[in-house]
Amino acid sequence: MSLLDIKNLHASVNGVEILKGINLTINPGEVHSIMGPNGSGKSTLAGVLARRESYEITQGQVTFNGKDLLEMKPEEAACEGLFLAFQYPVEIPGISNAYFLRTALNAIRKYRGEEELDAMDFLPLLREKMRLLEMDDKFLNRPVNEGFSGGEKKRNEIVQMAVLEPMLAVLDETDSGLDIDALKVVANGVNSMRSTERSFLVVTHYQRLLNYIVPDYVHVLVNGRIVKSGGPELALELEEKGYSWTEAEPAGARR
Amino acid sequence: MSTVEQLQDLTKQEYKWGFVTAVEEDRLPAGLNEEIIRAIAQKKDEPEFMLEWRLKAYRYWASQEKAQAEPKWANVKFPPIDYQAITYYSAPKQKTELKSLDEVDPEILETYSKLGIPLHEQKLLAGVAVDAVFDSVSVATTFKAKLAEAGVIFCSFSEAVKNHPELVKKYLGSVVPYTDNFYAALNSAVFSDGSFVYVPKGVRCPMELSTYFRINAQNTGQFERTLIVADEGAYVSYLEGCTAPVRDENQLHAAVVELIAHDNATIKYSTVQNWYPGDKEGKGGIYNFVTKRGKCLGKNSKISWTQVETGSAITWKYPSCILQGDNSVGEFYSVALTNNYQQADTGTKMIHLGKNTRSTIVSKGISAGHGQNTYRGMVKILKGAHGARNYTQCDSLLIGDKCGAHTFPYIEVKNASARMEHEASTSKIGEDQIFYLQQRGISREECVSMIINGFCKAVFRELPMEFAVEAQKLLSISLEGSVG
Repeated sequence: MSLLDIKNLHASVNGVEILKGINLTINPGEVHSIMGPNGSGKSTLAGVLARRESYEITQGQVTFNGKDLLEMKPEEAACEGLFLAFQYPVEIPGISNAYFLRTALNAIRKYRGEEELDAMDFLPLLREKMRLLEMDDKFLNRPVNEGFSGGEKKRNEIVQMAVLEPMLAVLDETDSGLDIDALKVVANGVNSMRSTERSFLVVTHYQRLLNYIVPDYVHVLVNGRIVKSGGPELALELEEKGYSWTEAEPAGARR
Repeated sequence: MSTVEQLQDLTKQEYKWGFVTAVEEDRLPAGLNEEIIRAIAQKKDEPEFMLEWRLKAYRYWASQEKAQAEPKWANVKFPPIDYQAITYYSAPKQKTELKSLDEVDPEILETYSKLGIPLHEQKLLAGVAVDAVFDSVSVATTFKAKLAEAGVIFCSFSEAVKNHPELVKKYLGSVVPYTDNFYAALNSAVFSDGSFVYVPKGVRCPMELSTYFRINAQNTGQFERTLIVADEGAYVSYLEGCTAPVRDENQLHAAVVELIAHDNATIKYSTVQNWYPGDKEGKGGIYNFVTKRGKCLGKNSKISWTQVETGSAITWKYPSCILQGDNSVGEFYSVALTNNYQQADTGTKMIHLGKNTRSTIVSKGISAGHGQNTYRGMVKILKGAHGARNYTQCDSLLIGDKCGAHTFPYIEVKNASARMEHEASTSKIGEDQIFYLQQRGISREECVSMIINGFCKAVFRELPMEFAVEAQKLLSISLEGSVG
């Protein structure tokens, strides 16, 4: 059974149609990449999957793990195992990173009928994941993302992913604003979580990230439609030729 | 006789002559005149100096009322109060005695259980007399023995007038004179009871003092007066919690609090105010018109106010510090929340007189529903206050688009060596923040409560632990249903 199945998805923002019939299937263990020029609908797709309310779904179905994703609230989608690494992580003043993440993990564990973790059990877990992303312990008690540099915020997203262990992680332009060293650290964190059960949807503008997180499939999103799909080599081709050459190709490519 | 039996006996005694009958017998007719003032003093068996003081206060208040000098500058709206319709020195309206918790409105019980208040305290809060009296008596006595050992006086104001008249005479009205303002004058004339604390030289009060139980047990004390004196080198932390039963009519609550800190003394005063705020349409609720002021009389003294204001239909309250002693420190940390039709006009005054005096103001206002929230603060640095410093931070958070936040800072500096900092912000609770937390699996309601608690963090960390927990829960409950 596929983990994520998107069929003919149309979505609008303020009455303007952004997604114009997306079809995409992701199986457990697969890493897919969505590439596309600015304004093609990449972040909208990520937002729709995470159930951001500002998008209006006008047509289509999305099944996640056998359930109707479009019926879920954002927190339900999260508890079902869908994680979004934000392009612009949000600051939450006054709430420590550790407290926030423990609350999140326990909300998810509770949803799944698992026992909640107390601070004593949780902290070693969080410390371990932070070491993986080369983040200093001082970030434990700092307010969520407040005063973090761009790179620290992105690494913090991956720490959260590592703690929450989703079934599907959607990475929305996680590479933007990262220098090459930080990019490697983030990619390393993602790669360490790859498994036969966990899937990734890596949304990116540039091919660079895909040198470090090598996808199984690459899809090109242009003007709200997937216009081309292929293997990792497609990303290199895009890098060479730019997005313009895909726009001439017929739409409706399906894996 | 076992302890339990002794306590049961005590309960019956208190019930028999202490509580219900007393209220009925002591009830005075509605209205205010010199006869009523004399009657109050007589019922309380007060010494002559108290009666004189009450009468002076009454005469001043009467002249103010005649001149219609009720303060009108606050950013709140309410119909005129008929002071002759109020019954002083008793419950304005004796409600029927509830015999058990089953008779209490289930919605109130729900609120109490959400607050995590144990069952016997729930009864206390709901005004079920028997257990209430039982508990407050036992608590009071255990406190007293331990405090007496340390030499700390902690008693009701009435007891202080009888047993320590010299202290009362010396300090009463020394920080808030009866001429201070309209409501302070009214309070001085009619106040029925309150708390008195005296911590002697060099004593660190061995426990946090609290009025949580006593105020609730009385339920009727709308004009209480608190006087706290910390002698040289003393330290005391005082907590005050307020809840009120649900009533349809508006009730006036005009309290006065005076604090005096001598050389090297510290007073920390924390309030969690949750008087009945009125219903969702704005019907009923308490008018909370309170004068609170502390005097840092001695050098190196410190007075710190922390308040969490979630209740009352209208709040009019400015806990202030007079920084008279050199190097003295004044602090004001405040969270004020207005939901539905609540109005709050609250803040502080920091009056710098002494050299190198320092003050810190951190105010967090949260408005939801149709709530109107005003911060009003004055920082005054007088000529002699060389090297005075003030830091003010004033943040407002708006939830929804029908509420309001207002800020009125007044700054008056007469010494060029003063340093002032003022930071202010107003923000709406962000959908982006809520979505971010939701995406991590946290429910929408919990997200909002988390964001608000984060917003108030700088104030909550000034509260004693149990109070901080209670304050957080209170905020969540007060905001329930305000975020769609």
